[in-house]
Amino acid sequence: MSAPTLPLDATATAIEAHSGFAIVFEDVRLAFEENEVLRGISFRLPYGETKALFGVAGSGKSTILKLALGLLKPDAGRIIVLGRDVAQMREEELFALRGKIGMVFQESALFDSLTVSENVAYRLMEEHGIGYEEIDLRVREALRFVELEHTVDMLPSELSGGMRRRVAIARAIITQPELLLYDSPTGGLDPVTSNTIIELLVKQRDVYKTSALLVTHRLQDAFTMATHQFDKQTKQLRALPRGQYCDVPMSFLMLRDGKVIFDGDVRQLAHTKDEYIREYIS
Amino acid sequence: MEFPSPTDVAKVKVQAVQDYTLLSAHSIANLFRKPLYVADIILQADLIGVGSLPIVVLIGFFTGAVLAVQSANTLQRFGSINLIGELVALSMVRELGPVLTGILVAGRNASGMASELGSMVVTEQIDAMRALGTDPMKKLVTPRVTATVFMLFFLTVLSDMVGLAGGLFVSKTLLGLDAHQYWSNASQSLRFEDVFMGLVKPVLFGFIIATVGCFYGMTARGGTQGVGRATTQAVVTASVLIVVVDFFVTQLLMNVLSYN
Repeated sequence: MSAPTLPLDATATAIEAHSGFAIVFEDVRLAFEENEVLRGISFRLPYGETKALFGVAGSGKSTILKLALGLLKPDAGRIIVLGRDVAQMREEELFALRGKIGMVFQESALFDSLTVSENVAYRLMEEHGIGYEEIDLRVREALRFVELEHTVDMLPSELSGGMRRRVAIARAIITQPELLLYDSPTGGLDPVTSNTIIELLVKQRDVYKTSALLVTHRLQDAFTMATHQFDKQTKQLRALPRGQYCDVPMSFLMLRDGKVIFDGDVRQLAHTKDEYIREYIS
Repeated sequence: MEFPSPTDVAKVKVQAVQDYTLLSAHSIANLFRKPLYVADIILQADLIGVGSLPIVVLIGFFTGAVLAVQSANTLQRFGSINLIGELVALSMVRELGPVLTGILVAGRNASGMASELGSMVVTEQIDAMRALGTDPMKKLVTPRVTATVFMLFFLTVLSDMVGLAGGLFVSKTLLGLDAHQYWSNASQSLRFEDVFMGLVKPVLFGFIIATVGCFYGMTARGGTQGVGRATTQAVVTASVLIVVVDFFVTQLLMNVLSYN
């Protein structure tokens, strides 16, 4: 089902009104046959901020990421990503926009017939006009960022689950996109590997100031991100004192039955009176 | 278990035909849009063409040989054993070469395409490709269609030739016929219409094999079981379509080319 076409001037006005935001969802609805997954989702992601999406399985978190990327079209509502109304764009137009967005899929989705370096270099190779030397340099830089420089010639099947996620992160960040979408990057991983990945996400947020949407089931990951900053001197995460939590560009969005039931920062989340949310975060 | 209503079944079938038509149209249209993945076309041509070479040569040779063995008995009864070259040439070039090669390549490559693309769909690699700004239709489907059409054409020509060689082998070694007579009989019997028909068919069959394989791959759902189902359906549908289309194309070309 295609999204309803809006008048051009109305779309232009809406885009202008949300110019300070990387992502804007306005009353977005989506159903798969009889199953209504999203029932009027609205939220905004300011530039430079990371927003963690929570909710039970099947609440539509991954669907939101796919909508933001234009992989799915909403039945109703408006989705503005990096100043473009993705619901109104054709697939050919979306390919250009996706060049500014990096996505880390739930199961990594690495191309299994390509080596690690070919996977990471994929976007650069597709852009054409970039020399092999520069591609190699940037691939090694991206792999160094995720501490996997030694895996360049390996195939995805030779890597562990955590390593595959890190390669997927390297593939997503190689072009330094303006927006990153993470779909459960720590799902199914051991705590040590999860911490490594969260550290990479914080590093990306604090060093490159990239806007991001993060889908996760692990509350502790999002809380770590909300209470820590990346220290450029020590190159490690640094826990912030309680009073400085608001300095971190991090917010939380909780979904229930296809609707947003919470949208705020870590302090608001900690002091919420909603019984469902309290039970969820306890 | 609840049975689906006939209306729902009809809707699904119509939707599938519509999706297949769109995929086929895009696969051609993408040839005229940038970027054109030449390296992928060459890679697929190698996989499809060179990879299928041994079985095509083997089957072609023995088809020509068995054709000669089977027809020799009948021709001998009418005292026309000298016509064996003509019979093998016409059968191979007009019918058996294109159809057998098409079915062989369908079995080998339509299944390969369906399983490869199907696996990519269920592991989100196709979504990842779209997310990375690449059109999977351009990158995956168009190269496979182009390479299959191109390579099946040449595989069929090769199959026809080794089929004729198979017929020659039987004629000379088992039937004791003169090789020169066999060749001149075979080559003189072939007219432009026969060769034209034999060369049009592999183009159509190649298109069917690749589009059907890619269609079932790109629409695979339901994990590894879904990929297996898509693979089987691709081979069955492509093989059946080849035989059905062969009948209609033969009829059409016979009328157009004014066969006697």
